[in-house]
Amino acid sequence: MTQIFAYIPFTNGQAEDVALEFPAAAQKIDAGATLTAVVTGAGSDLDSVATEMAKIYGQVIKVDNEALAYPNAEVVRKALVNIIPNDAVLLVAHTTFGMDIGPGLSVKMDAAYAADIIDFEGIEGTTLKMIRQELGGAVSTHVTADIAAGAVITVRPGAFAPVDGGSAGGTITDKSADAGDLTSTRKFLEVVEAEAGDVDITKSDVLVSVGRGIEDEENIEVAQELAAAMKAVVSCSRPIVDAKWLEKSRQVGTSGQTVKPKVYMAMGISGSFQHMGGVKGNPFIVAVNKNPKAPIFQVADVGIVTDILEFMPELTEAVSSL
Amino acid sequence: MEILVCVKRVPDTAENEFELNGAGNDLDRDDLVYSVNEWDNYAVEEAIQMVDNAGGSVTVITVGDDESEEVLRREMAMGANNGVLLADDAFEGSDGRGIAAILKAEIEKGSYDLILTGAQADEGAGQVGGMVAAMLDYPYASLVNKIDVIDDKNIKVGREIEGGNQEMNEIALPCVLSIQTGINEPRYVGIRGIRKVAKVEIPVKGVSDLGLDAGSVGDAGAKTRRVDYFVPDMGDGAEMLEGSTDEIIGKLIEKLKANGGL
Repeated sequence: MTQIFAYIPFTNGQAEDVALEFPAAAQKIDAGATLTAVVTGAGSDLDSVATEMAKIYGQVIKVDNEALAYPNAEVVRKALVNIIPNDAVLLVAHTTFGMDIGPGLSVKMDAAYAADIIDFEGIEGTTLKMIRQELGGAVSTHVTADIAAGAVITVRPGAFAPVDGGSAGGTITDKSADAGDLTSTRKFLEVVEAEAGDVDITKSDVLVSVGRGIEDEENIEVAQELAAAMKAVVSCSRPIVDAKWLEKSRQVGTSGQTVKPKVYMAMGISGSFQHMGGVKGNPFIVAVNKNPKAPIFQVADVGIVTDILEFMPELTEAVSSL
Repeated sequence: MEILVCVKRVPDTAENEFELNGAGNDLDRDDLVYSVNEWDNYAVEEAIQMVDNAGGSVTVITVGDDESEEVLRREMAMGANNGVLLADDAFEGSDGRGIAAILKAEIEKGSYDLILTGAQADEGAGQVGGMVAAMLDYPYASLVNKIDVIDDKNIKVGREIEGGNQEMNEIALPCVLSIQTGINEPRYVGIRGIRKVAKVEIPVKGVSDLGLDAGSVGDAGAKTRRVDYFVPDMGDGAEMLEGSTDEIIGKLIEKLKANGGL
């Protein structure tokens, strides 16, 4: 029987949404598997998460140590190597923490590693079949992993339907004494909060959001003009911030701002999951992109295949003359 | 400081529309445009700037085939001092762990203070750097968007985390870092730069040079395998507006009005 463990990420005593998604993922791996939540941390925050998880999971393991108060991947890895059985499947969220801990943990556990999984298609023998994406979401792939000696798998947050948090009446086991040596060669110092920018894109009902399709810094003005005509604000995807054409505070995505507008105008944005992860509240999405195969057209309400540099000025003029 | 940067030749997502081949199990690779993985350019730029400040040298390395030599030369045109190509038929079909094992074998033969990779590449797993670090028992930090050298034993690194926040860490050298885009502005490489390094010799190393067991890498050593590529059925997707520009804009304005956009 497959043993599945789920590492629960939390902040300020509050489990992240993915905690409700792991059980659905585990069900798809092996409906007969045992599922155990693992929470590591320190003090009352840890206790409240462990109590919450016992309502969702049949078994909860908690590891309490001051060295785990902040989830430093190296320290958490050391604890998990000692806590998780060698032939188990460990689920971790594919977040900046998951990317930090997953690959090294799989080496230390001598287990298979699969990253950013969006679906499972069951186990045959010791072969687990999974689905993930490549090339920024342009294509999907089936991958297999031999899990005979265990596996570390990061799953994409939001990819699995959350289960109802209920009354599992799970048992909490304290394995703090088994965590072993938690000294570290990487020392966590602090979290530097994002700087506030000149505008707050999270406050706008309409966003004109530009991506690589804008091509040049000078063309940002074209988007500004459309935004002015629509009484909207200009936001952007990551490459625009990397190129320093707009401030970081205007970036929509998991590594930028989370926005909840009524209307989201995705102009020359391909629509990677990291970008769309920052678009919440089910807005009306208009996608304009030269590439008819851009993933953005799968999530948009309305799509137009054309060059944004030709289209935006025309739309600006039409909107201005209303 | 001796810095090694691991790079990869990948299909360029900005230049290609990806289609499946006739059999439907692989990409149609005939007309694909390849380039250096975007993240790797930031890693090489960071390494060059660090060496400009502190002295030392930058070596670029890749696991690939003959065609991968062009990406090494491109990074050498940026300013990397040396290139090493790890190529062998036995490497084919390697999973992330296999690639990490190949790189580790070469890294152990050198004496590097710092090993950089891109935060991710075409497959989007972001796995090789963390695996190499664990194999070498070096500290690791992923998604690094800031590096400050404290002294010759320690560096301070910022990691990009959710919400635009930055996690600061102090790390002992030698270590492995995966570099996020935006950490710097990679320099432009012109034809002249490429020409200058066209004749520089790039050593090619295989299984026996690295002292690897052929069964531990390549398809034979892989625990994870890609079975096929496919284009998922995502349902209806967007309602596509077609017609003349005037017609499209007319329809779009009605929809924007109906949904609170105007």
